[in-house]
Amino acid sequence: MTTTLSAPSQPTRIPRPWDARTQRPAGNRVVKGIIKHAVLLCVLLIMLYPLLWMVGASFRPGNQTFAGLSLFSDTYTLQNYADGWSVGNLNFSKYFVNSAIITIGQIVGNLFACSLTAYAFARLEFPFKRVLFGMVIATMLLPQHVTLIPKYIIFNQMGWVDTYLPLTVPHFFAVDAFFIFLMVQFIRTLPTSLDESARIDGCGHWGIFWRIIMPMSLPAIGTTAMFTFVWAWNDLLGPLLYLPSSDLWTVSLGLNSFLDQTGQSTYGTLFAMATLSLAPIVGFFIASQRLLVEGIATTGLK
Amino acid sequence: MTLATATEPPVALPTTPRRGRGRTQLLPALAFLTPWLVGMVLFTFGPMLYSLYLSFTRYDLLSNPEWVGLQNYALMGSDPRFWKSVGVTLTYVVVFVPLLQVVSMLVALLLNSRLRFLTGYRALFYLPSLMGASVAVAALWRQVFGADGLVNAVLGLVGIENVGSWVGDPARALGTIITLNLWAFGSTMIIFLAGLRQVPRELLEAAEVDGASKIRRFFSITLPMMTPLVFFNVLMGTINAFQSFTGAYVVSGGSGGPVDSTLFYTLYLYERGFTQLQMGYASAMAWVLLLVLAVVTGIFFRSSRYWVHYGDES
Repeated sequence: MTTTLSAPSQPTRIPRPWDARTQRPAGNRVVKGIIKHAVLLCVLLIMLYPLLWMVGASFRPGNQTFAGLSLFSDTYTLQNYADGWSVGNLNFSKYFVNSAIITIGQIVGNLFACSLTAYAFARLEFPFKRVLFGMVIATMLLPQHVTLIPKYIIFNQMGWVDTYLPLTVPHFFAVDAFFIFLMVQFIRTLPTSLDESARIDGCGHWGIFWRIIMPMSLPAIGTTAMFTFVWAWNDLLGPLLYLPSSDLWTVSLGLNSFLDQTGQSTYGTLFAMATLSLAPIVGFFIASQRLLVEGIATTGLK
Repeated sequence: MTLATATEPPVALPTTPRRGRGRTQLLPALAFLTPWLVGMVLFTFGPMLYSLYLSFTRYDLLSNPEWVGLQNYALMGSDPRFWKSVGVTLTYVVVFVPLLQVVSMLVALLLNSRLRFLTGYRALFYLPSLMGASVAVAALWRQVFGADGLVNAVLGLVGIENVGSWVGDPARALGTIITLNLWAFGSTMIIFLAGLRQVPRELLEAAEVDGASKIRRFFSITLPMMTPLVFFNVLMGTINAFQSFTGAYVVSGGSGGPVDSTLFYTLYLYERGFTQLQMGYASAMAWVLLLVLAVVTGIFFRSSRYWVHYGDES
């Protein structure tokens, strides 16, 4: 597979005087290619091995969970997955639904509020724009712990503790400044000529936002949705604070509690639930891989 | 939060071409900005001021806040666990952030060539960064670095026995958290990789003609051209590292143990505020964190003019 590395990919290149110096024997390059792939594969294997091992262990019978380093086993079982849905007083089917509700709430909120805000900063002129945009940046850098305690106190007084409201409602007010920034950066790169023609055709700002800017901003919207999903799905601190009753728990809280009460015998079940909890992340990632890795990485470079 | 976005330090303001009719569009702007403005007041500035006030009080949620002046700040000075948490967090930041840059840069350099399966490699290196902050992986880490975990099993293969639990040893526990968060280096790496692609080939080729070695070319051309991204990655890495929570919480079972060796600042803040219900003290801790981060960020931006190079061409 590595031999193709040496194939010249610029056949039309004009020979330059220094080519003689940089050209090395083809065999040398093949060896280099092999070494490179070997190094990369080794690093990847070490990185991903614990994950693969966990997936393997989740399919082993309970008494073989810790059967050494191997990924494989003589007997496979789905028992851990069957058991996991209700272990003791835990109820993971409920937690997955709860996590999904909160996650969807945050995604909808972020898309709604951050895109509106971003349009204003990217396309409109208004007084104090510089100062206000500076505030967007400042909130991006602000540690969330500064507002953690007062927010808890306020939500507590409003009777919102033990509901999903503290975890979702703020997102409808664009509290994730990072996504405003991301969308502003993206909208800036869109040509304004389309705005102008839409205006001539009688579109107001809402029309331009909804019919022109939003459809063209799909990469930024997708990125925002994906990251909101991952953050909301993984979040532990928020649910830990606001969801004391186990009926409302998220997957993160369920796993954390499971880990506290688990003995060696139930680790298989824990691994099964942990594997399931990571599956949506992997799924979304595969679905939006190109968008994520290529799209975003270059968005800000312009 | 870990992000895969390569951005220049956010100094440039989006400019809008002036439109013919009227200079400003105040009313539409207000309409579009309303959710954000309300959010700023209700969920950011309001709570910030409230927490500043609380930091001068004693408050346990049950009775009314009682004004105590600077007492919380004074108490911090003589609180050994506070200083322990400062030590743990600073050690973590100083070790983790540079390591993160080096590892990310090395892998990005390896991937920055005409490599087969590049997309696949990139995706696989990136994937852990989406999981690094999850409870599932932190729970796995507790097993991997446990007494009978994978790490010790591997060490056993090469004849190193009786190493004991890594997460249970005060001298090594912080190392396991550093590894956990380093495992998620993909988002930092992606940014470097995107930057490496923008380094002009002509420059590197010209240097090669002049006889510059690979290492010399990296330090004299590639690295200087990458400094805006290094700046961004170090800044965001530092800010995030100061706020690291989930990994330490789950791996230590919420205690910051063993013997407070993984008592991150945020863990201690959480414990003071929500376990011991000392909202005043916790608020004071939050404000100290804010001030420290503000100073660190300020130093970063100030120092950037000496080491960050913005090229003219893109």
